[in-house]
Amino acid sequence: MNRITQLFEQKKNNVLNIYFTAGYPQLNDTTTILKALDESGADLVEIGMPYSDPIADGETIQHANQVALDNGMSVKLLFEQLAGIRPAIKVPILLMGYINPVLQFGIEEFCKKCQEVGVDGLILPDLPADVFEENYKVIFEKYGILNIFLITPQTSETRISHIDAISEGFIYMVSSASITGAKSGISDEQEAYFSRINAMSLKNPRLIGFGISDNATFTKASSHAAGAIIGSAFIKVVTEAKDLSADINAFVKSVKGE
Amino acid sequence: MTTAQQYNVNEKGYYGEFGGAFIPEMLYPNVEELKNNYLSIINDPAFKAEFDALLKDYVGRPTPLFLAERLSEKYNTTIYLKREDLCHTGAHKVNNTIGQALLAKRLGKRRIVAETGAGQHGVATATVCALMGLECIVYMGEIDIERQAPNVARMKMLGAEVRAAKSGSKTLKDATNDAMRHWINNPVDTHYIIGSVVGPHPYPDMVARFQSIISEEIKWQLQEKTGTTNPDYVIACVGGGSNAAGAFYHFLDDAQTQLVAAEAGGHGISSGFSAATTFLGKPGVLHGSRSILMQTEDGQVVEPHSISAGLDYPGIGPMHAHLFDTKRAKFFAITDEAALKAGFQLSKLEGIIPALESAHALAALEELGAQPNETVVVNLSGRGDKDLATYMKHL
Ligand SMILES: Cc1ncc(COP(=O)(O)O)c(C=O)c1O
Repeated sequence: MNRITQLFEQKKNNVLNIYFTAGYPQLNDTTTILKALDESGADLVEIGMPYSDPIADGETIQHANQVALDNGMSVKLLFEQLAGIRPAIKVPILLMGYINPVLQFGIEEFCKKCQEVGVDGLILPDLPADVFEENYKVIFEKYGILNIFLITPQTSETRISHIDAISEGFIYMVSSASITGAKSGISDEQEAYFSRINAMSLKNPRLIGFGISDNATFTKASSHAAGAIIGSAFIKVVTEAKDLSADINAFVKSVKGE
Repeated sequence: MTTAQQYNVNEKGYYGEFGGAFIPEMLYPNVEELKNNYLSIINDPAFKAEFDALLKDYVGRPTPLFLAERLSEKYNTTIYLKREDLCHTGAHKVNNTIGQALLAKRLGKRRIVAETGAGQHGVATATVCALMGLECIVYMGEIDIERQAPNVARMKMLGAEVRAAKSGSKTLKDATNDAMRHWINNPVDTHYIIGSVVGPHPYPDMVARFQSIISEEIKWQLQEKTGTTNPDYVIACVGGGSNAAGAFYHFLDDAQTQLVAAEAGGHGISSGFSAATTFLGKPGVLHGSRSILMQTEDGQVVEPHSISAGLDYPGIGPMHAHLFDTKRAKFFAITDEAALKAGFQLSKLEGIIPALESAHALAALEELGAQPNETVVVNLSGRGDKDLATYMKHL
């Protein structure tokens, strides 16, 4: 069974997913960060493939993307960094990125590599659902890779139902109309949106992302969904880290309130 | 067999294998709203009447089709210039901004966001926002803000807020990224006026329709002057491709008219400093559509170079990718040097100072090999006032 599917079968609450950018702050930090997140108890990790034009991302992640590219990060190199790491870690892995580098790598070749190195799912925000269904679904399935879809406060209920029908694993619930890192905290209006989605009784669990940064926001978000996703706040942690592993461990523990 | 739809967009938003809407979910409702409404709005007689009246009385259309006698003599053929440089604000860009601003009002939007490179689209957007009482925010690359200072001043005087795009290369592509991010953050009350035939469907088709007035006029004007609607060649420069799309639109299915696209060759296509997308690019996705794109092997978008800020873009609209792919249009890469020379030449021969972008279209005359009995229409997309500093450096 896919490790993401398995995770959500076993754990229904307080699922913590952490995003970081591959090749940042240093080119070879990718696996150090991955191992530290695994050891410190993150339930899921999302490795960002840096892109020159990340239109859904705010300044913090844009900057991390640019530094990683300047460091020489690429899709090819990411697969080399991840090769052989799977036996040493248990956490399910998602790759997050924009569609163009994946297209240039070749969709089938990309999915094949994901399977080889033990990646479990993809988040490609600019891959439209209809293009996925028509052209790529069969390929993803062949290699056992899940495609994670996003919903936002503006997504219509009809579309949410459709996304739920074609999703596996979980649905990425964007907490507000924004790019990453733009807002922090959770407002009453957002809570109303979370309740509205809960009332739809979807078949897939949801993780709430955007604006989650610490124990308070993680706990609040988790009370409305299976868990939450931290991105920009974690990038700030690795940017300022003196000792990557120790600082990551401390951050994860603090978010989980341990 | 040629069908009427062969070179134009299909019902799914594609031109051949190019186009589509590759957008994050955050933009889906906005783009869907546009897609579901743009045709009915544009085809509404009341909209048409308002659009046509503004084009006539505010922009100054129809723009003249001018027989350039001394230029014709120089190339030993017959050359007409389509004078988009005489549009209010100095370029074709205003045809599109009027159309989109009217559309935005009908969609109930009160704020406009736009990107700009040379500043021409920014000025055209700020202008119509002033005219229609809409709030206006323009993103412009930090580097372009420096090299296009007069247009920055114009936008400010027109009441727009100019925001510097500080990410990436700090030019047009990054201004476009930031305008899209702004739209993601303000999905309900804001309309994004894209300045060229790029972006997710329906933008390329919508912008092409607003610009298609150019070829509509060329047809009847040429008929009046020569007794025939179709020239042998139509030449236009291609940044994103909006003036070219407008100049080609009503000739797309007329095989007797050769379509000619002039891309910015920069220092030369193998120099590493070029914006000649069809010569250097591969199929890929940027700013919401699948098209041809200058990129690394890893799929990272490459920094283009052109002496003309309006052509300094690493992609082209999906319509043009399709025209290239099907060989319906012939593409030339015009160097900075050739464009400058053509700009000085037109100034001296005809008393018209062209925009550096338009000078690329004029330079294509050198390589075209038009015959004495043939007719060429060059789309003069804009005037050169904004480029005087650059021209003077090379005098
Ligand atoms: C005068 C002029 N011509 C051409 C262009 C290029 O744009 P497009 O290819 O969309 O016509 C610009 C862009 O700023 C321009 O100002």
